[in-house]
Amino acid sequence: MAAPWQGILNKIDDYRWEIPTSYKPGMAVPGLIFASESMLTHILGENAFQQVANVAFLPGIVGHSLAMPDIHWGYGFPIGGVAATRVKDGVVSPGGVGFDINCGVRLLRTNLTEAEVKPKIEQLVNELFVNIPSGVGSEGKIRVSEKELSEVAVRGSRWAVEKGYGDAEDVIVTEESGCMKGANPDKVSAKAKKRGIPQLGTLGSGNHFLEVEVVDELYDREAAKAMGIEDLGQVLILIHTGSRGFGHQVCTDYVELLGQAVKKYTISLPDRQLACAPVSSPEGQDYLAAMACAANYAWANRQFILHWVRECFIKVFGKSQPELGMRQIYDVCHNIAKIEEYTVNGKKERLCVHRKGATRAFPAGHPDVPDIYRSLGQPVLIPGDMGRFSYVAVGTEVAMKETFGSTCHGAGRLQSRSAAKRSLRGSDVAKALAERGIIVKAESMASLAEEASEAYKDVSEVVEVTHNAGISRKVARARPMGVVKG
Amino acid sequence: MAKKKGFEILDHTADVGIIAYGADLKQAFANAAKGLFSLITDLDDVKEVLHRDAELTATDEESLLVEWLNELIYQFDTEGIIFKRFDIIELDNTRLKARGYGEKVDRSRHKLMMGVKAATYHMLKVERSDGGKVQVLFDI
Repeated sequence: MAAPWQGILNKIDDYRWEIPTSYKPGMAVPGLIFASESMLTHILGENAFQQVANVAFLPGIVGHSLAMPDIHWGYGFPIGGVAATRVKDGVVSPGGVGFDINCGVRLLRTNLTEAEVKPKIEQLVNELFVNIPSGVGSEGKIRVSEKELSEVAVRGSRWAVEKGYGDAEDVIVTEESGCMKGANPDKVSAKAKKRGIPQLGTLGSGNHFLEVEVVDELYDREAAKAMGIEDLGQVLILIHTGSRGFGHQVCTDYVELLGQAVKKYTISLPDRQLACAPVSSPEGQDYLAAMACAANYAWANRQFILHWVRECFIKVFGKSQPELGMRQIYDVCHNIAKIEEYTVNGKKERLCVHRKGATRAFPAGHPDVPDIYRSLGQPVLIPGDMGRFSYVAVGTEVAMKETFGSTCHGAGRLQSRSAAKRSLRGSDVAKALAERGIIVKAESMASLAEEASEAYKDVSEVVEVTHNAGISRKVARARPMGVVKG
Repeated sequence: MAKKKGFEILDHTADVGIIAYGADLKQAFANAAKGLFSLITDLDDVKEVLHRDAELTATDEESLLVEWLNELIYQFDTEGIIFKRFDIIELDNTRLKARGYGEKVDRSRHKLMMGVKAATYHMLKVERSDGGKVQVLFDI
């Protein structure tokens, strides 16, 4: 029997699979999927694969329409999709960023060991759950005026640090230094601001979480050490959230607006959710200015949450922050569009790189990598599901050449939310995790079932592909001890 | 079964869709909105104590549906209103006038199950065959 991919994909090597432009008339470039052969059955079985082909229609797209191994069916773009378009004559698509603009991950190190944390894990998870607002419709502990919200939208993490939430050092180890340039709050609707004000400093719901985890494997001790990960058994903390209703509304508004622009600029698209406008057009520029506001909101949001996480640890362990060594390792965004420079066909070109469920993975020596990591490459943070692992990796030169400096962003869903809820109960999921020593607290039991390990691909398989393909290099692995879910 | 209820859930890997039916398109629109709020909470626990009107124009019926649902998500997100019943007063190709009935979230009575970020244009369908039928995918 022929393999399911035969006749559809061209095998480049064990981890690279090409969708030729002949697959769907209108594709401007081929698609390229990073996956192992065993992952292809699932990828071909759902619409994700079609979506990779659809993205290849975008005017001005260069290289390939890319899919990372955690690819799954999204709306418009696949989740795990990367597409780079020429700034001079290509388009920007809000759907290529997604509704949760600058959804991302922040990782902290501590001086604590598993042995020290284990006896207090339940207390710690409760403390985090109480002090960090989470769940559907949750409101923040901080209240900003509309004027302050605009400052947050322009200054991002820095605004939060100046107000006493966290340290200046946190900002240095944040992608874009926690502040994306070009943000203009005048390009953000009143509706988005109204949604954003009460939700600043909240975790949200869905797949967002806080995780206390323990290092259980080191692949590159030298790189790990540079990040402050010294040994097995060390406790880390992972924060996963984004721009909340502020970003959701920015995307909603601009999908609508760029839907009109598609007609104005006579762009032909296979899916309306791919709505786009030329990067250089007023509509495209306005979207990028509003998107930067939402990206900065998200960085401020993770900055507030980081501060409260530190407070919880200080309270539970009765030690100061320096004693606890709670230093931020890095913060990455995995839903974003950025103007970056790459060599395309031997020529330097400014590109608009859409990362929709993909992480930037810049190599050693890149000027955008903070000094302390310059000789290693940019840290890449890859959360898994709450029952398995998360990974720390670094960016590579291969990523610069093949994926516009991008790699995977997580495990990737395997099962729909309703299928997960049909087969699992939230309370059983929590019990099964507790039996393995993982304490989970969630606002909604239903969301626990939706987010169970069974609903996700195995993150280890995903990371193996990116590592073996060379688009990021693994450094460390951690497993969860305690999780707060929205 | 689904037709009697007015809507059914459409399975999607990352997100959730709704297919809604009606004797006409107006009813299908109303059922789609009811489907949206049934994702957020159990509508049996929701009373009809207030109403909100919406009036909007768009380039076509598909955009009308998405824009209206996004308006309802906005009202839930900013005012905490859960709607459980809708009257579509007017609906043509470019104009929609609707009234939604419901109440504000009361956490002692309403269990919020899912956060909905937005209605999307992906897989969007508005059909007049067999009365009315619409399909919409939400970002969760």
